[in-house]
Amino acid sequence: MKPPPFEYHAPRDLGAALRTLAEVDGKVLAGGQSLIPMLNMRLAAPAHLVDISRLEELRVMEATEDGVRVGAAVTHTQVERAGAHPLLTRALKLVAHPVIRNRGTVVGSLVHADPAAELPAVLAVLGGSVRVARWGGPVRDVGAQEFFVGPMESAVRPGELAVSAFFPALGPRTGAAFEEVARRHGDYALAGVCAVVTLGEDGHVEAATLACIGVGPVPVVVDVTGSPAEAARAVRDRVEPEGDIHASADYRRHLAGVLAERALRNATREAGVRGA
Amino acid sequence: MEHEITLVVNGTARRVSVPARRLLSDCLRQDLGLTGTHVGCEHGVCGCCTVLLDGQPVRSCLTFAVSVDGSEITTVEGLAAKDGLSPVQRGFAECHGLQCGFCTPGFLCTVTAMLRENPAPTDEEVLEGISGNLCRCTGYQNIVKAVHRAAELLAEEA
Repeated sequence: MKPPPFEYHAPRDLGAALRTLAEVDGKVLAGGQSLIPMLNMRLAAPAHLVDISRLEELRVMEATEDGVRVGAAVTHTQVERAGAHPLLTRALKLVAHPVIRNRGTVVGSLVHADPAAELPAVLAVLGGSVRVARWGGPVRDVGAQEFFVGPMESAVRPGELAVSAFFPALGPRTGAAFEEVARRHGDYALAGVCAVVTLGEDGHVEAATLACIGVGPVPVVVDVTGSPAEAARAVRDRVEPEGDIHASADYRRHLAGVLAERALRNATREAGVRGA
Repeated sequence: MEHEITLVVNGTARRVSVPARRLLSDCLRQDLGLTGTHVGCEHGVCGCCTVLLDGQPVRSCLTFAVSVDGSEITTVEGLAAKDGLSPVQRGFAECHGLQCGFCTPGFLCTVTAMLRENPAPTDEEVLEGISGNLCRCTGYQNIVKAVHRAAELLAEEA
């Protein structure tokens, strides 16, 4: 349970980090709360690690009325405490335990792209994006739909660095909820559903989007605007869960439906409160 | 390749040469001889190795020593005052918040930081606060009591 040897790089600034990533076949180390367990268990053995955790340029969080941009070295705890985005704050309380959140980073969690992780679903349901940079090349913004490619696989290519993520703000008369079931508090969820609902002036559902975790290779986004009452069935039709020792595929599918209804109900209620 | 780093451990600057892959937990135990920090699962689940990094509780088994060069680390050895156990340690002793003691250093560091931020936590806040630390002996009831007792002791001494 010790990490394999690697060469360690601690670049002084973002430019140096990008240059190092262009030169070596390396992996980015931010908070290390996903990467170091993988190294300890020898599931990964990168030759080089590029530590970005102390880069000032990446330790910034910017909240405007459009949304929140979170730099790649900002920890879960810092975002949670800032409370700049209600859905993000709520989802972060479901991410592992407080002590892990003290070092783990929001952008790191997105790039890790665990299909059962909460933050990818938040980015997906909000239609957010990740900003990716490379040495000597233009910066590109990758939308959530393209960012999550498969289980533990994001659109970040070798030599690139995810420098920040943008979470769009919730609009007026909009509520959000995150419901999940985990074996133990803080564990990865067996299944989870994140919902964002916008009500019209007269109280009817104007938009309703769900993102489901643990039931597909990437967050499964389901637009249920047209038939919110049928959300559970829509979700069960769309998800592609796999069975493992923790839960069967059928159970996960069932759970996704139940959680979809619950998340939708809670998000709708919150939208009503915010609109009142 | 070895890296020369300086860690301020329990108030004392310690200079040490470590390979990049040295976990902070192993650095503390093997290089600095501070075996109070225990190593359980080594993948961030059990919480035994929790130490304070610049005052914040973190998993030392999920932190590379080189990454925290120049930081202040407090281990369980640094919690006690010169005149005896810290209030959190006394709370655990009084309320039987430990049996075998393997998980205790992690709990003590976690709880010390928790009470610093929230001096009077509710039961629910205590459970959330210690949810990342596993104990196979106590069944947690006495640990929860110990946290409340420690909060009382801290308040009395404030």
